[in-house]
Amino acid sequence: MADDVLRLEKVRKSYNVGRPNETEILHGIDLTLGRGEFAALIGPSGSGKSTLLNIMGLLDRPTSGNLFIEGHETGSLDDRDLTRLRGRSIGFVFQHHLLITAFTALENVMMPLLVERGFPDATMKKRALDLLVALGLEQWQNHPANALSGGQQQRVAVARALAMEPALVLADEPTGNLDTKSAEGVFEMMREVNRKSGTSFLIVTHSLEIARGCDRTIELVDGQIVPAGAVPAAD
Amino acid sequence: MNRWLPFEWIAALRFLREGRMQTLFIISGVSVGIAVIVFMSALLTGLQANLTKRVLSAQAHITLQPRDEVARPLRLGGKDLELAIVQMPLQRVRSIDQWQALMRVLQDDPAVVAVSPVAAGSALAVRGDATRAVSIVGIEPDSYFRIVRLPDNIVAGTVRLSSRDIVIGTELARYLGIGVGDRLTLTAGARTSGALTVTGIFDLGNRQVNERYVYVPLRTAQSLLDLIGGVTSIELTIADVYAAETVARRLQPMTGAAAYSWIATNAQFFSAVQAQSLSSGVIRLFVALSVALGIASVLVVSVIQRSKDIGILRAMGTSRGQTLRIFLIQGALIGLIGAVVGSALGAGGLLVFHDHVRQADGSELIPLVLERSLFVAAALLATLTGVLAAMAPALRASRLDPVVAIRG
Repeated sequence: MADDVLRLEKVRKSYNVGRPNETEILHGIDLTLGRGEFAALIGPSGSGKSTLLNIMGLLDRPTSGNLFIEGHETGSLDDRDLTRLRGRSIGFVFQHHLLITAFTALENVMMPLLVERGFPDATMKKRALDLLVALGLEQWQNHPANALSGGQQQRVAVARALAMEPALVLADEPTGNLDTKSAEGVFEMMREVNRKSGTSFLIVTHSLEIARGCDRTIELVDGQIVPAGAVPAAD
Repeated sequence: MNRWLPFEWIAALRFLREGRMQTLFIISGVSVGIAVIVFMSALLTGLQANLTKRVLSAQAHITLQPRDEVARPLRLGGKDLELAIVQMPLQRVRSIDQWQALMRVLQDDPAVVAVSPVAAGSALAVRGDATRAVSIVGIEPDSYFRIVRLPDNIVAGTVRLSSRDIVIGTELARYLGIGVGDRLTLTAGARTSGALTVTGIFDLGNRQVNERYVYVPLRTAQSLLDLIGGVTSIELTIADVYAAETVARRLQPMTGAAAYSWIATNAQFFSAVQAQSLSSGVIRLFVALSVALGIASVLVVSVIQRSKDIGILRAMGTSRGQTLRIFLIQGALIGLIGAVVGSALGAGGLLVFHDHVRQADGSELIPLVLERSLFVAAALLATLTGVLAAMAPALRASRLDPVVAIRG
């Protein structure tokens, strides 16, 4: 469908293909994420969440099946086109925030725009600054990335993921390394961005609290999507 | 961020800046390597130029002479029988055939800068009871001084050479006890020059030349050597002094005369210069190699250290080509900065060497030759070495799987 940000059709992923120790991690995943959806991807360790996230983020290719990003079929794209599509359409937030320490907070947020456009300009600086202001980080803009606290770094990472105004943000355990207060802050911030901009979020998490705060929960067990159902109640 | 710098340059500069100590050490290493190359190259250039200048102070780059006379085997009655033993003939002082026409041909040759006829032979210099064996060099001053810069080496008087004038060397002047304005007589075989006035005394930096050579006008020499209208050699200066042997080989069949280059005449000196150049080249090659390996090893470590940065940049849309360029630029910058610093160090070292290492009389031991081309070449060489050295680590960075890189 045209309004789908992400669509997976019978996606399989195997490692060591053609060898005796070939292992299939994902077994025919069918999944659609609509524009503006705010979803959680949960599942036990080893269920294939990270593998699925890497495939959805165009960082890895499925062994078979189709993947559509904003309606673009990605199977036939070469590495250059995949990289370009990834840069324009997908933002990433990783568990270990992964800011580039050689740059300041502001420059980290500018980075996806700089990669895309080639040369720095005033508009990209304004865009990055607006994001930092919106996320309450303007006073840290000129600090080196590694001078910020974990929570601040993760918020900068969210700002960076939003810099290109992507259709989809994939967040891999974005609050996994944060204390409760910081985790709540980061989650609320993502929620707020989703409400205001309509950016779709898919958040991989082990936290049921986070999952409950999302509009939709997708459960992955042993490489397969569990049919939609209620998230188990907290103890 | 500088708005004129593209993304790859910004990233390369920031990575270098962040790895401060690492960058400082590798640039220092490259600088020392380049300083050694610059110092050695300039020193060797100065040394060789000085030695070559001394060797060429009193001789032409190429000398054309009549071919040696050869004895022709005697044939008896037109039959095949030949005398088996042939005596080597005496080599008389002879003129080059058609030398004026030959001069015109040589003047039109693109490799030739200056041409001058010379009538040379042996004589005795007589001053009262004192005599000395000398080599008369009869010259046309205007053309000859473009080949041997006698006027630059006059220590007393001038190089005026009218028909009754003579210019002699310092050693001969000392031996005969004469100075400017004094007279001496030259005797060659049965001919005598009459009294010649010493108008100048030269020092060509070579004791033997200063003792043996006397310069007189061409006509005076022709008359004294019984060589009316003839010349014993044509002397040439060419544009590329080190191409003398090649040019001589080309001119020999073209002119019909025997052509001797200064390289052939001074074969031992020239082979010593070549050996010196070769050994210096080998040393420079190994220095450049160690510089390249140093840059490569630092960048390999940098790629490993920055694999997460590379992964996240790739996830953000950085292409393999951009990643490759980030590391190639780092290599080029290390090479270029190392070249600039190293060139300055090398030049500074040369200045100190030149000022402090002098001959016993205080004059310079080796002339200071600091050519712009040397620094340009050093910068280009170091930058290119940096880029080539960075190639392997840069390729490795560009091929990193972002998933693996981010996972660490």
